Amino acid sequence: MQNIINILDKNGLIFAFLVVGVIMYLSFLVGKKVTNNKIPAAAIAISFGLFIAYFGKGEKGIAAIPAFSGMALLGGSMLRDFSIVSTAMGASFSEIKKAGLAGVISIVLGIVIAFFVGGVIAYFMGFTDAISLTTIGAGACTFIVGPVTGAAVGASSEVIAISIAIGVIKSVFVTIATPIIANKIQLNNPHTAMIYGGMLSTTSGVSAGLAATDMKLVPYGALTATFSTGMGCLLCPSILYYIVQQFI
Amino acid sequence: MKIYGVAILAACYLVGQFIGDWFGRVFEMSGNLGGVGFAMILLILLNDYLNKKKLLVPETEQGILFWSSMYIPVIVAMSATQNVKAALTGGWVALIVAITATSVCFLLIPLIAKINRIKN
Repeated sequence: MQNIINILDKNGLIFAFLVVGVIMYLSFLVGKKVTNNKIPAAAIAISFGLFIAYFGKGEKGIAAIPAFSGMALLGGSMLRDFSIVSTAMGASFSEIKKAGLAGVISIVLGIVIAFFVGGVIAYFMGFTDAISLTTIGAGACTFIVGPVTGAAVGASSEVIAISIAIGVIKSVFVTIATPIIANKIQLNNPHTAMIYGGMLSTTSGVSAGLAATDMKLVPYGALTATFSTGMGCLLCPSILYYIVQQFI
Repeated sequence: MKIYGVAILAACYLVGQFIGDWFGRVFEMSGNLGGVGFAMILLILLNDYLNKKKLLVPETEQGILFWSSMYIPVIVAMSATQNVKAALTGGWVALIVAITATSVCFLLIPLIAKINRIKN
């Protein structure tokens, strides 16, 4: 037994690949069998991650257990930001032109509104420092923008965890709500789908929500949602953080 | 070769970090201001440019796409290494922030769609 633990300790990153791979597989299974693909597997997997973090200790979550220390490297800021940047391959300026002015407005507005609504609520619920408010506001954009912003402005692990949770709940909420209210918001054409993606920013929620509404609309929403996520990573830790600092 | 794609991605990432860090110092704020966002814009521009010139071969592209398929697993690993125990006290904040902020954004969708239609 001790031998096995020694090997896992020494090969932390590799073991982390295995652990995350198993989590992803189980999440896809749960997503398919239990929720009938209604909840995005990504949201289930991230919830799973937050859940096992609970069994770790303090600031580092599961990585506090030596065998799982590689999780901190795989999920550290370097690899995280690197892989997030790569998702920009799903976006292109020549494509975004098709969304027109309303599309561009939705991309910026989706971030700014989620950020400030999130920040104001957090303020009234007892968070008073600019760093936490910015991180929580960013979490209201997506579960990517939250931790990217939190790491950039130096938020605590606890606040980053809350921002991830906000993003995950948003993703699930968007997925469930979209087919229900699609008719009311006239979400039945590419143009509205692009605005919808820009306003809601969460690529996983938008893709799953559109898939449940009309499969043909998925690429339109996913495109602007990807842009919106990038816009969030750009605006939240910079201009929006600056504005929050002026108020606090 | 796939490594070309990874190298392009690495270049965008590092330049983005550099710009974000530079902005942080110019505005005298702690941290990296939007480095990830700048890097994403760079990658989008470079991707558009290389595609137009037909310089981006699928093999190179694969090197970047591999990392974009790794981002959810990386976020899962990140989630598993947060201070969730302490964050549980903020569980209600998470729920209320997520539902309210998302609902406001939902409500604005038909309005914005309308603005554009009038313009056209």
